[in-house]
Amino acid sequence: MSHSNSSPSGDREAVLSRIAEALREEAPRHYETLEKPASNSVTAAFREWLPAVGKTRKDQIALFTKQSGNLKTEFAECTSATAAAKEIAALAKKFKWKNIALHTNELVESIADKLPEKLGTLKVDDGYEKSALEACDAAITGCEALVAQTGSVCVTGASSGGRALSVLPPHHIVIAQKAQVVADLPAAFELLAQKYKRGYPSFISFITGPSRTGDIERILVLGAHGPKKLTVLLLP
Amino acid sequence: MTTSATQFQIDADRTTADEPRRAAVRSALGNYKVARDKTESAFASWQHARDAAAAIKYEGVNHLDHYLKEFEEKFTARGGKVFWASNGAQARDYILNLARERRVKSIVKSKAMTSEEIHLNDALEKDGYHVVESDLGEFIQQLKGEAPYHFVFPCMHLKREEIGALFQRKLGSEKTDSPEELTMIARRALRQHYLNADMGISGGNFIVAETGMISITENEGNARLATALPKIHVALVGIEKVVPRLADLALLLPMLATAGTGQQLTCYNSMYGGPRQPGEIDGPEEFHVVLLDNHRTRLLADAEQRDALHCIRCGACLNVCPIFKNIGGHSYGTTYQGPIGSVITPHFRGLQDWKHLSGASSLCGACTEACPVKIDIHHHLLQNRRNAVAEKKVWWERWLWAGFRELMKRPWAYQMAIRLAPLGQVFHPLVLGTSLDPVEPWTKTRDFPEAATKPFHDWWRDRKGVRK
Amino acid sequence: MRVTLFIPCFIDSLYPKVAMSIVQILERLGHEVIYPEGQTCCGQPPFNSGYWDEARDVAARQISVFRDAEVVVSASGSCGAMFKKFYLELFHGRPQEAEAKALSAKTYEFSEFLVEKLGVKDVGARFDGKVTFHDGCHGLRELGTKAAPRELLRAVKGLELVEMGEAESCCGFGGMFAVKYPQISTAMAEVKCNSIIDAGVEYVVSNDSSCLMQIQGYLSRHSPRVIKSLHLAEVLVQQ
Repeated sequence: MSHSNSSPSGDREAVLSRIAEALREEAPRHYETLEKPASNSVTAAFREWLPAVGKTRKDQIALFTKQSGNLKTEFAECTSATAAAKEIAALAKKFKWKNIALHTNELVESIADKLPEKLGTLKVDDGYEKSALEACDAAITGCEALVAQTGSVCVTGASSGGRALSVLPPHHIVIAQKAQVVADLPAAFELLAQKYKRGYPSFISFITGPSRTGDIERILVLGAHGPKKLTVLLLP
Repeated sequence: MTTSATQFQIDADRTTADEPRRAAVRSALGNYKVARDKTESAFASWQHARDAAAAIKYEGVNHLDHYLKEFEEKFTARGGKVFWASNGAQARDYILNLARERRVKSIVKSKAMTSEEIHLNDALEKDGYHVVESDLGEFIQQLKGEAPYHFVFPCMHLKREEIGALFQRKLGSEKTDSPEELTMIARRALRQHYLNADMGISGGNFIVAETGMISITENEGNARLATALPKIHVALVGIEKVVPRLADLALLLPMLATAGTGQQLTCYNSMYGGPRQPGEIDGPEEFHVVLLDNHRTRLLADAEQRDALHCIRCGACLNVCPIFKNIGGHSYGTTYQGPIGSVITPHFRGLQDWKHLSGASSLCGACTEACPVKIDIHHHLLQNRRNAVAEKKVWWERWLWAGFRELMKRPWAYQMAIRLAPLGQVFHPLVLGTSLDPVEPWTKTRDFPEAATKPFHDWWRDRKGVRK
Repeated sequence: MRVTLFIPCFIDSLYPKVAMSIVQILERLGHEVIYPEGQTCCGQPPFNSGYWDEARDVAARQISVFRDAEVVVSASGSCGAMFKKFYLELFHGRPQEAEAKALSAKTYEFSEFLVEKLGVKDVGARFDGKVTFHDGCHGLRELGTKAAPRELLRAVKGLELVEMGEAESCCGFGGMFAVKYPQISTAMAEVKCNSIIDAGVEYVVSNDSSCLMQIQGYLSRHSPRVIKSLHLAEVLVQQ
């Protein structure tokens, strides 16, 4: 009954044949088959039913701003890399940061260069000690996109320094550009499909606010395990 | 030995009498309803979205072999390993052997109902592994030595004072009942585990066939941590979790969040498409996906109820179920609670032993109304009842319904029975409340109406006579 | 119109006034009311218990009793749902399937009949009192009845309609469920009735007498003040 370690993939054939056998009888449908819109894109269909998003970038940024407020994401528009660096320096001073982590990314690095020298930096690209990353007060990363509809930040291992950088340190700072704002989730998936035609990164994530839990009496608490604070800085 | 049916009655007796506990659950779920109604109303059309979501899951489940093969092909091409487990024992053995072979010392887990289903933690602990649940609610339940109360809100039944006392006792923490402070205590307690664990075990919300990915939804970030740092990632996922395309998630993720917690989107929705790839900065060296059958193919073969496998485990049906709200998650005595659990458990664990879960329902249909993927839940409960009877009739019920049928086929007998009812009521007070009272289960807590001295059909007949 | 009445067994024996009220209301509106005296039961009790063969025998008889009806009005949401929905399942692929479909097409729950079929919202009723409406689950979720009873009640002179928090929550009757799982059934009744009491009303009205039996049964035993339960028809018949 238990041992099938004879095959490294286990009971593959047995499971598949049970499935094939089971599917011989057709199952009733309990849903209405909806008409697909002309474009025939899978995601275009979803847009009809998901919450509405404005058409212009300005509308979308306004929506992202509103969503950020609800989610407790700190969102600010910065006129330049220098301005962004000022924002971050202010945070560093306020929260008495000693070390921040970052990754190889032109925009991120251009901002990090302008930060106070006494702030230690850890770049994760060439490998890192887990304990060293854990000791960092904040992480600065790029992103793939900002999703207006839900106020989400789309990151991948490729755009944002791997898997741990954006989740281990207690404050995650995202640097994005206006061109990266997309209307909705379908658009974000379309962007990823286009960009990573030749192969997706092994890690993709949609981050919607700082880490949270409602497990205790359904009371919202931020910073359960992931970052307690999420700051998104939008550059031109 | 108490059967599960008897145990269910015993537990229901106790939990329905626990007024503070019921009130706590009602309050928690009342807040959920407000949040959910608000989020749902922002949809351009929630009802159409349900149809679209149902269609996606229908496609996935009804071509399950095709999509599982596609997933395996894409996933293994990137260095992932797929193990097909017919049952819980095979899945457990695979994971235990893997841990042994890789000399794993410490394991961190993010929420996986499949691991509850196959009692994985027990097996790992017996083999000497230290397993830590990282999801806050699961962490609390693990400390308490209890199963999860609800598969989305594992400790919704506990008050903050109880959790504070638990942490004091088990973690030696300072006395507090602030949810904020309690969460921080758990956060600190788990930190080292993330850093030290050599294996992270997760579940999976969706298996994406097109791109060979496992999608995991969470609010806390514990799954991200459990799958970023350890050398080995094992995902234990039911075979039915398939979706055909990555872009399908653009609809399913917001619906999972809306129905499950009333959020527009859960905090972290992450897709994992293999172990760390060449050129990537970090990530596990190995990623094993254990595909779990464990009687799912049996349910698949029941075409009438196959859509129960469309379930995305949002928990909405539990949240609206008056039975769940009054008896609580533990009374079900099994991994999957609430309406969907009452549908699938007879299939997974035996119809005759578990049919009572399908019987303990007023068939109100709130579950079916709430389900984001339009599973015909309450009708499946009815079908389970029919199937249980077709397999094996209960002796006294067989006589009852045969007698009922004979009576109802004879209008004269039916009318006579009704005429005799008031007479029966004259004598009822003599046995009221005693073990001889035929309606004692009713009269124990509720008054019984008086039978009218003149039934309607007599009134009608008399009136006809007068009119003539 | 010639309206054929379907009066469930427990209304016949326990709440005949409900059926009498329906007759009076329909006649006042100028319709001819027919009551086939051979009707007994829709078969719901064995059906819900899983004894579909027995239910089918009872249902088959019931179908033949209503064969010649032009239009059928049910005094109960749950029994109406048997005619309208569950008979289609019971007789699927069987000789009586066509008859079952025909019956389903011409069956209406009482409030739906008045509002949707006859287009009547005001039946000229008068009822002084503060009232809340309980949505019976079968009517609400199997038949889609929600607005019709409320529109009828709002047109009643002197009646104040108040919504309770738990209007759509199941009362806990569920047929045999009420005696097979009495502790759960009572707990559900408690939640429902506390909501009724909190609404500050003197009357609770529903379109399903089995729900009313459960609700009144609990209220009579446990309510700190007198609250009476009434079927919608019993309110609409008052002048």
